[in-house]
Amino acid sequence: MRFINRHPGLGGRLLLALLPLILLALIYGTASTLRLADNPDDRLLPSLPQMADAVVRLGFTEDKRTGEYLLWSDTLASLERLGLGLSIASLAGLALGTAAGVFPLLGASLSPLLAIASMVPPLAILPILFIVFGLDELSKIMLIVIGLTPVLARDLEQRAREIPQEVLIKAQTLGATSWTLVLRVILPQLLARLLVSLRLMLGSAWLFLISAEAISATAGLGYRIFLVRRYMAMDVILPYVVWITLLAWAMDWGLRRLHRYWFPWSEGGRA
Amino acid sequence: MSFIEIRNVWQAYGDHVVLERLKLTVEEGQLCTLVGASGCGKSTFLRLLLGQERPSKGQLLLQGKPFPAEPDASRGVVFQRYSVFPHLTVLDNVTIGLELPRAHLTGRLWGSAKRRAREEAAQMLEKVGLGAAFHQYPSQLSGGMQQRLAIAQALIARPRVLLLDEPFGALDPGIRKDMHALLLELWRESGLTVFMVTHDLYEGFHLGTRLLVFDKVRIDPQAPQAYGARITYDIPLNSDRRQTREAIAALPPHVLDAINPVSQENHDER
Repeated sequence: MRFINRHPGLGGRLLLALLPLILLALIYGTASTLRLADNPDDRLLPSLPQMADAVVRLGFTEDKRTGEYLLWSDTLASLERLGLGLSIASLAGLALGTAAGVFPLLGASLSPLLAIASMVPPLAILPILFIVFGLDELSKIMLIVIGLTPVLARDLEQRAREIPQEVLIKAQTLGATSWTLVLRVILPQLLARLLVSLRLMLGSAWLFLISAEAISATAGLGYRIFLVRRYMAMDVILPYVVWITLLAWAMDWGLRRLHRYWFPWSEGGRA
Repeated sequence: MSFIEIRNVWQAYGDHVVLERLKLTVEEGQLCTLVGASGCGKSTFLRLLLGQERPSKGQLLLQGKPFPAEPDASRGVVFQRYSVFPHLTVLDNVTIGLELPRAHLTGRLWGSAKRRAREEAAQMLEKVGLGAAFHQYPSQLSGGMQQRLAIAQALIARPRVLLLDEPFGALDPGIRKDMHALLLELWRESGLTVFMVTHDLYEGFHLGTRLLVFDKVRIDPQAPQAYGARITYDIPLNSDRRQTREAIAALPPHVLDAINPVSQENHDER
């Protein structure tokens, strides 16, 4: 049988999914053990117990200086910035995208502007944000907002244009005004798309967050990673990276479930 | 004064003349079927009636007044596809036709007004045979049921004129026949003025009380786009079946061929 026609069974699928992960763990474990046998003070490839120690130290013991559980206060600080940034970017992107995609008069001004704005590398203007908005929370949230909004708006503008002309005309023949047409016909369809776009943009959002935290912060997952880098504390960095990945995956999963629950029509589901 | 009057209408896109010297008067309650070869301006004419486009020259009058220059509730429409809202259930798709004209701020009715609108929408849906599908989404409906929904949605807004752009073009022959019966029934009941573009000559003759044939009278082989189509035949129908048959026989063969040779053969047995 040709390779292209061979499918894994249920058990086979699980095994094949775990196989690369197990292999990676094995390779890491071997390399770590070998290095530690050579030099017990090696910091580059910490062993599993060393990493577990670090997690207990950061996540389940009070920090001596601040009296906080660092892992959780870092997580809270990062998620707060990320949540605010994503919410503001969503609202702004939705408003701009709808305006540009539905109303030709507004689109004539907004479309070229958004096209240019989405080409500006957000990290290149991070210094400007620090100068304008200061080194506090605002500049970090603004980086996420400025990084995501033009891209979200352009995507939603495109989706708004893809709504068939027939649908817009039909709504007008049913007595819709420009405002109610947007409210009842365009926005519900674009909201469904917004959740999909957000899922695709989550990676960029985390990138902007961690970059901003690395440069100037007093708490946050990115701040911690870059802080302990000075001591080559791989036993902290690696669990933090795993934790960030887990958080990002959970957000992606949540958005997918939300999409299925709120917009069953866009997946051919039942009411 | 006629209900609808078309006064010497021309429609051209740049050098491309699509319609020329269109003159027509239509009385209220007629069911006009529009036939003709592809690209001869039937749908353009429908878009003019709908207000989606404005004529290059001439005037379209509704009861002596110019047609509104944009689509509005005076003219309902059913397209071949994309006529319904994919994000609303069947019931909400029709209810929205009662909500939009009444609620200018939110586009929604609430409380008892909403309940009454839903009841009215439900009655309309029963009438078109969608009584069992209230809570489904359009993507779960068959093509025929989607068009039933589109018709119900258009009629709930009580338009003066109903415009149909090949509404049954994508349906199976058997379903199409059911839809013909439904359309005739609704038309008789409502007394609406209907314009229907079709590629199916049988459909045109069977449904219409008046058949309008669009064709180019003048053709310049060097510049095929220099001249537009006109209404070359204007045939009263179905007041008398015999009259209809004579009218078909009187059509020159090139018109018949141009319109739809295949559907002609298909319907010979009737």
